[in-house]
Amino acid sequence: MTDAAPVISVSNLIKQFGRFAALRGVTAEFPGGKLYAVLGDNGAGKTTLLRTMAGLNRPSSGTVTILGAVKFHDICQQVGYMAHPSLLYDEMSGMENLAYFAQLYGITGATSRARCADVIRTVGLNPDLARPIGQYSQGMRQRMSLARALLNDPKILLLDEPFSNVDLHSANEMVKLLARTRDQGKTIFVVTHQAALLEGVADEFIWMEFGKIVARTREFKAPESTGESRR
Amino acid sequence: MSAPTGITRATLLKDLRLEWRSKDAINSMLFFSLLVVVVFSFSFDPSAEESRAIAGGLVWVAFLFAAVVALNQTWAREIRNQVLDAYRVSPAPANALCVAKTLGNFILVSILETLMTPLFIVFYRLRSIGPAWQLLVVVALGTWALVVNGTFFAAMSLRTRSREIMLPLLLFPISIPAILAMVQATTAILGGEGARFWIVLLGTYDLVFTTVCLLLFETVLNAE
Repeated sequence: MTDAAPVISVSNLIKQFGRFAALRGVTAEFPGGKLYAVLGDNGAGKTTLLRTMAGLNRPSSGTVTILGAVKFHDICQQVGYMAHPSLLYDEMSGMENLAYFAQLYGITGATSRARCADVIRTVGLNPDLARPIGQYSQGMRQRMSLARALLNDPKILLLDEPFSNVDLHSANEMVKLLARTRDQGKTIFVVTHQAALLEGVADEFIWMEFGKIVARTREFKAPESTGESRR
Repeated sequence: MSAPTGITRATLLKDLRLEWRSKDAINSMLFFSLLVVVVFSFSFDPSAEESRAIAGGLVWVAFLFAAVVALNQTWAREIRNQVLDAYRVSPAPANALCVAKTLGNFILVSILETLMTPLFIVFYRLRSIGPAWQLLVVVALGTWALVVNGTFFAAMSLRTRSREIMLPLLLFPISIPAILAMVQATTAILGGEGARFWIVLLGTYDLVFTTVCLLLFETVLNAE
């Protein structure tokens, strides 16, 4: 993938929740093989942007094109999504959870067992851990959630707050894993409030404010506030 | 991608496993039905003749209210930790989820009916004058009518603030033809009369509503 070929294009994207505009005309192109850190205050529209890219929010107007497809369902096999909640069943073990989700992606039988064990090890957990997810620490749950997002070997990873409630050591391990994943040619979006963790790792910092992208920087340096008030 | 049947089977097994571990739905349903049986039997103390006349209504009302508990529980699990979003971003078809949930609820309500029927027979001194095997057909068709609509409307009320109240409000009015057919067929069979018309009506209802639910489920699943 070259810089000239964006894997994700967002064109004049608007998302309204009732009278509140969470996204207000976002237009951007994102070349592949990079790690993007999406930053901004609460309510800036980061999560809404990610959920709209993941096909979970329908745009009020505008389009999201991923790998040349406008309909998310056409390329969902190529996308891994991790939300702030774990997206896992508390009553099942990590392996049971992943085996179920693997089936949704057409990974079954021995391949599924091998793949699930592989991604669980990749995120630094033990695939033989039999206790249910509900008894995991928050950090372990986050890592298992990342394992679920990696399950289908996606070309694009959309991660919402992957480091929240994770201890510093685990967060750094996750950052290293994301850097390795990026180096394999994958495109990664990380919505986070802990941007410092991605300093020197992220290829680009996307700064959002009041539903718009206000700056894109190579360095972790906050732009001047636009001073625009929320409408 | 796995065939839809494979995804349906995986989802059904996952739901049954979760229910086996938590027993949330089955315990609530059993407790509720047991209360109905005991309270009504002490309130009315009906003769065998009177029992045959009222049992159809009583049995189905008990199962209907108990089923609502299971229907709400099915989707509550998907909302916890927003697990449903993981399904929505996957290539798995929406209808596979709908069918799996409906089958899961059918199995749970059937277990409830199997456990509660002997109690109904004992407490209300029920004895069928008509062909009892027809009751099995009515129970199967009636249960399907309850769970197929129930699963659909439970999914529809998923994102509403008071979904426990919304589900009966949506489900009961649309289930009136099915409930009428179930009650009339049960009463007719217990009383030794023919129930062919009601069974055909119930079968037609099932066919129509299963088709409609499958056609509309994807829209409901992806509604914001």
